[in-house]
Amino acid sequence: MSDYLVQFNNISKFFGKVIALKDVTMRLKKGEIMCLLGDNGAGKSTLIKTLAGVHKPDEGEIIFEDNKIVFDSPKDALDIGIGTVYQDLALVPLMSVTRNFFMGREPQKGIPFLKTFDVEKANKIAADRMGQIGIDVRDPSQAVGTMSGGERQCLAISRAIYFGAKVLVLDEPTSALGVHQASMVLKYIVKAASEGLAVILITHNVHHAYPVGNSFTVLNRGKSMGTFQKKDISREKLLSMMAGGEELDKLEVELQEMDRIHNKN
Amino acid sequence: MSLKSKSISSKSSLNEDERLKKISPLRVLLNRPELGALGGSILVFIFFGIVAGDTGMFSAYGMLNFLDVSANLGIIAIAAAMLMIGGEFDLSIGSMIGFAGICIAIPAIYWGWPLWMSIIFAFAMAVLVGYFNGIMVVKTGLPSFIVTLAMLFILRGLTLAITRLITGRTQVPGLRVLIEDDPLAWLFATDTFKWLFTWLGSLKLIELRTDGTPLATGIPPSVIWFIALTLFATWILMKTRYGNWIFASGGDKVGATNVGVPVGRVKISLFIGTAVASTIFACIQVLDAGSADTMRGTLKELEAIAAAVVGGCLLTGGYGSAIGAAFGAIIFGTVSMGIFYTDVDTDWFKVFLGAMMLIAVVFNNYIRKKVTESK
Repeated sequence: MSDYLVQFNNISKFFGKVIALKDVTMRLKKGEIMCLLGDNGAGKSTLIKTLAGVHKPDEGEIIFEDNKIVFDSPKDALDIGIGTVYQDLALVPLMSVTRNFFMGREPQKGIPFLKTFDVEKANKIAADRMGQIGIDVRDPSQAVGTMSGGERQCLAISRAIYFGAKVLVLDEPTSALGVHQASMVLKYIVKAASEGLAVILITHNVHHAYPVGNSFTVLNRGKSMGTFQKKDISREKLLSMMAGGEELDKLEVELQEMDRIHNKN
Repeated sequence: MSLKSKSISSKSSLNEDERLKKISPLRVLLNRPELGALGGSILVFIFFGIVAGDTGMFSAYGMLNFLDVSANLGIIAIAAAMLMIGGEFDLSIGSMIGFAGICIAIPAIYWGWPLWMSIIFAFAMAVLVGYFNGIMVVKTGLPSFIVTLAMLFILRGLTLAITRLITGRTQVPGLRVLIEDDPLAWLFATDTFKWLFTWLGSLKLIELRTDGTPLATGIPPSVIWFIALTLFATWILMKTRYGNWIFASGGDKVGATNVGVPVGRVKISLFIGTAVASTIFACIQVLDAGSADTMRGTLKELEAIAAAVVGGCLLTGGYGSAIGAAFGAIIFGTVSMGIFYTDVDTDWFKVFLGAMMLIAVVFNNYIRKKVTESK
């Protein structure tokens, strides 16, 4: 048995002639937080959707707990324990905390054909789970719209964990948040990992990723630029890789060249 | 750290319960979508109590009169409300009423079908129409406004064309004689609690005809259907998984899909719901009048939507209640009948309907902001 909980080996995805992903490899152990960094258009969204079972990879394999897995639908990914929290969180602001928490997977009670949504049980679980993160939901029937951005993010993550996620895929969980809210979410992510989950944290914010990540995979134009352990790479190096540092260096040289020619004339 | 936070949370969950009880009933009420319609109904009753209190509007007969009108509207308003909570519109409700009417009358009168078979036939057609509306909206992604507007014209046109083709007229009378002994028709055509009214009449507590029988003979079937549907819809919305799916589908289609809610199926079933409710409406009216009219139900779709909106449904979906829609229907029904008991010209009813709707939308908008406003 390998050390890895989940492995994405040499994943490629093509849309017609467009190469969206090429040979991306990511391997995660239990309790590991891997940050997937990349600029806009680097292929992050395609990769997330491939991990979540929305897209089928054209090449490569997904190995979960030493078994090769093929996802036919997002439900397959959910069923084996890959929980994806999208940027839009799949929360309905007008609905209550409880109703959001159990959306699509409501606990039921009663006799067949007359089953009812067990609101009491659901309320209790939702309040309990939110309490564990330190979010005090006074009234689980309050609308999610009344919660802060960080609390909503935590609710979405907590929901994914409650419904059996072993691998959490988080899409830009901190991008819309202020410093305080972001740190609350990051703290929760670390806590989740410490309890044995593998976390793939997708972000373009190195400052949020670096403190919490164990390893970093940088994606650029659909290709992985490698995976680095935290001890092997500095924040600055990551930043420059992500922003296409070489490109910027080249640009600088070109600008100097232009300057030189200009001054000559 | 995790240990510590757990102990804190378990403590705070104890506090939680205590604080929960401190939330005043008023606040809970304020967060309910039906508050506006409930308040509106009370105001309407107070108004007519003052203006028309001594005119017979609030006699047993008068009350059943406006309750009947309210109940008829309520039957379709509740279905429209559920569909609106699910994030869609149905503008074909009114046309479906006319269509269902001739689906009952033509087979029964011209083809010699037993009445119960024509009624089942009408409901089967309703399911088909609703399914078609739903599948069109779900599969094409077109706004339901457009799809059901098309259906509004198609159904009304079909109703007229088929009726004229088969009967040469636009009305199909002669149903009344078929109601008796029919195993199904009584569901839509029987007054209930007759004994109560006879008893009240014998005590001279309610108005009597000159022959000594009470003027109001029983609770009309529309009222029973209305109450039953209100309870049923509320149970679905508040107490079942499917109800949660309706809110989710209307609140955020993409999000709901992502967590596994079968949004397409939910919406299709809600469209079937409005078509079936229209058919219930048609059964009650056609059997009461004894004839089907091709123009029956004209503009009812707008009244149903108006009642749902006054009842607290958001036009954008995801929020609302069946009880609210029921009160919305009661407001409209009461005013449309009550206006006869006042000196006000009945032409003013539509003005009232429009104004009421505007006020309701502004009020709902405010409530939505209140509900979703961040800390």
